[in-house]
Amino acid sequence: MRWFNIRGWSDVTIATPYLWLVIFFLIPFLIVVAMSFATRTTTSPPFSFGVTDNYLDFRNYARLFQDDLYIRAFLTSIKNAAMATFVCLLVGYPMALGLTRVSKSARNILLMLVILPFWTSFLLRVYAWIGLMGTNSWFNKLLTSAYNTLVPQAWELNSIHLMNTNFAVVLVTVYSYLPFMILPLYANLEKLDMTLNEAAMDLGSRPFRVFLDVTLPLSVPGIIAGGLLVFIPACGELVIPGLVGNPSNPMIGRVISDEFASARDWPMASAVAVALLILMVGPMMLYTYYDAKAQEKKAMEP
Amino acid sequence: MTETATSQKTAASSAPFIRIENVSKSFGSFKAVDSVSLAIKKGEIFALLGGSGCGKTTLLRMLAGFETPTTGKIFIDGQDMTNIPAYERPVNMMFQSYALFPHMSVEKNIAYGLKHEKMTDAQRKDRVREMLDLVQLSQFGHRKPHQISGGQRQRVALARALARAPKLLLLDEPLAALDKKLREHTQFELMNIQHKTGVTFVVVTHDQEEAMILSDRMAVMDKGQVKQVGAPTEVYEYPNSKFVAGFIGSINFAEGKVAAVNGDMAEIDLPSMGGRFTACSIPGLEAGKDITLAIRPEKIAISRENPGTKNAVQGVVNDLGYLGKDSLYKVQLPSGMIVSVNLVNARRVGEYDRLAVWEDKVWLSFEPGSPILLTN
Amino acid sequence: MKQRPTFLITALCFGFAFLYVPILSMIAFSFNNSRLATVWGGFSTKWYGKLLSNDKIIDAAILSLKIALVSATVATILGTMAGITLARFRRFRGRTVLSGLVTAPLIMPEVITGISMLIFFILIATMIEKLTGLRTQRGFTTVTLAHITFSLTFVTTIIQSRLLSADISVEEAALDLGSRPWQVMKDITLPIISPAILSGWLLAFTISLDDVVITNFTTGPGATTLPILIWSKVKLGVTPDINALATITVSIVTIGVIFAGIAMNRAERRRDLDAQMAFRSNQ
Repeated sequence: MRWFNIRGWSDVTIATPYLWLVIFFLIPFLIVVAMSFATRTTTSPPFSFGVTDNYLDFRNYARLFQDDLYIRAFLTSIKNAAMATFVCLLVGYPMALGLTRVSKSARNILLMLVILPFWTSFLLRVYAWIGLMGTNSWFNKLLTSAYNTLVPQAWELNSIHLMNTNFAVVLVTVYSYLPFMILPLYANLEKLDMTLNEAAMDLGSRPFRVFLDVTLPLSVPGIIAGGLLVFIPACGELVIPGLVGNPSNPMIGRVISDEFASARDWPMASAVAVALLILMVGPMMLYTYYDAKAQEKKAMEP
Repeated sequence: MTETATSQKTAASSAPFIRIENVSKSFGSFKAVDSVSLAIKKGEIFALLGGSGCGKTTLLRMLAGFETPTTGKIFIDGQDMTNIPAYERPVNMMFQSYALFPHMSVEKNIAYGLKHEKMTDAQRKDRVREMLDLVQLSQFGHRKPHQISGGQRQRVALARALARAPKLLLLDEPLAALDKKLREHTQFELMNIQHKTGVTFVVVTHDQEEAMILSDRMAVMDKGQVKQVGAPTEVYEYPNSKFVAGFIGSINFAEGKVAAVNGDMAEIDLPSMGGRFTACSIPGLEAGKDITLAIRPEKIAISRENPGTKNAVQGVVNDLGYLGKDSLYKVQLPSGMIVSVNLVNARRVGEYDRLAVWEDKVWLSFEPGSPILLTN
Repeated sequence: MKQRPTFLITALCFGFAFLYVPILSMIAFSFNNSRLATVWGGFSTKWYGKLLSNDKIIDAAILSLKIALVSATVATILGTMAGITLARFRRFRGRTVLSGLVTAPLIMPEVITGISMLIFFILIATMIEKLTGLRTQRGFTTVTLAHITFSLTFVTTIIQSRLLSADISVEEAALDLGSRPWQVMKDITLPIISPAILSGWLLAFTISLDDVVITNFTTGPGATTLPILIWSKVKLGVTPDINALATITVSIVTIGVIFAGIAMNRAERRRDLDAQMAFRSNQ
């Protein structure tokens, strides 16, 4: 709309948030990128440029491949995040689909119940699981007795070791990020035209076939949006692995934070951060692409 | 404007009140409006008719001031409006979606434009009351837009746009959102209100019936260009191109050559209709010229027996549709051409006493004055 | 053709059990008499008393609320501006950059945002010290700045998406009726998007109140927010007073959500009534 641009007052509206984001987001980010090419020194702040012959120091990136700590951390992160995303989809998809099938009044309440945990503290939700996973909690005892009745006597256990494992990380990640999977899926599935299902049934498909032929292909954008909303933050997750994960098998977020705080190696921390970002660029662009498409669609609607 | 012009409010005066001079508008490489020139008279209802994407809405938005012409000028009442923003123009618009302010009552909606006018609160109140009376919504002033029906919303939008007594009122598809019954009623109400207020109306529509009933004159647009301007009868009966003839109403086309011109009559060879036909000539016609004969379905007579007149041709009923007030026949000529013919059902007909049914042989004929000759 | 989707209903039941059993367990154990947080030892409310007399926790909660209040308000103002910019100003230089800047923090891993802000703040502090000799410390200000930056992008997304689905001709109508652009903004645009602004503020408020990672990087000595305090306590192990704290949080949120739900239901019923009224007035 041209007319909004005519007078100068709009410049303020454009410039204020713009400047804010440039100063507090873009510049810090560019500093990190630059920092990844610096050399660690014992000065304060602990870095400087041009210590090696080249002005830029590529040794940080070289170290990413030399020390298997980094590769292992990346692999653990991706493995855990992918697993959590998959389980979220498995649990969240039927829930989202179920939400579109219940009566309207029940739907509003159930949607509220999906969102409610999101409004409560993330840390407290992680904390709830720490309580449940402890070796003498009722939950662990329940699981153990269930396990013991299923296996031969020789394999019986006193308790199941849950805390500080990758399994715990995946479980708690699924728990924390499940709403992020359900909500975009629900938004997508809710918009699907129910008459399409009826048409498919009318043409002779059984309900499961209808799901495979109609609902599932049409919900791909929702699956992608939900999947990325879980996968991207889960990859860089710091809190969950820090509280319930295996300390000897750290994820990448932990590594960045340790390099920075414990080792005081800012350049290396920056290099790992940049590497993580490069790894995330694909999924992020995919998300932005789908998001932009959804926004466009929204703008086209009357 | 002079005293005399304002006193004869309702009658359209002849001097152009709105002048659109050579206006073009491009969006990137797309030319939405292409060198359009129009003169609209004071107090008339002028329709811009065309399919979607023909540029009519862009032209309307340039009159309103939401878009600036890429080239060309727009004058309203002698003043150059080309670069005047929307809020400084003596022009108001009734939006297709009505665009009522959802958070304001009907009264507040109507009063909104008045707060920029120099008047006392009492005057403002009177004006709102007057407008509510005009659109017969006096008892709905306190309602919010979502508390009234679609037809009432349309009238609020009209009242709001008229409250500031604009020199020009723009109506974007004014009836598109109403159902058929309400539309017919509203059409006449709009004309009535225009008559009472004397404001010049420019109506954008894709609906030819709407344009024909409402407008004093209309412009048919296509691909950003004005194809023809004229009164509805003129445009319907004397279209100047195949496009206009085909766009408004339905029509049969037959290509041919002029055989001879005898005074005001022309003899035309039409191979697709299998012979020579006579039609009233148009200026500039001469023997040997390529020509298209266009004739509307309702101007063709259909009969079982040979009428024995000129311009008669025999064919077979290929298809037939009963539309209630009239019937549509598709008659195939020996050459293969299919001619559409409309026959008004003046009498009540039963299933078996129709004039003709499928596969029947019938005669088609028309008066020399009925067809339109197009040279392009 | 109404078939009961048994499988889906079962999935919903299990899903909600999964979501709520841990929370309910936590609430139950907040009334536990035992020192051991996970073994039942009789009913008691002593942990609530302990919690409320713990000055550290109260101070941290107050600091968190302060930061959330300031950052949500500033983020809402900036985010609304950015949302309007992106949804309504079609052409200006650097538009793509802005829309990139707005989406990037949304999908950037928090660790990276946190670390880049920390480095930025340290460098700024170093610069200030070199120039003026003043030693500045990270704390309230840096955390608030970081929270604003982070949450303004959420507000922007909400506002932008609300404006894109709104009928722009309503704003054009106001312009057409003689209002200047800034008046249109004040009279029409802002009132129409006010519910979106409110939900943007609430979202920014909760995000700020809940944030651990970015706060952890940008905070300094003496500025311990509630999440940071919980984080350090939980790292040492499970303590019953945290259960009590969780119960209080969950109760507040639940009450808020129930009230919001009632208000929404009422609004819906009123809309239905209005629709009936409109229908009758048309007869």
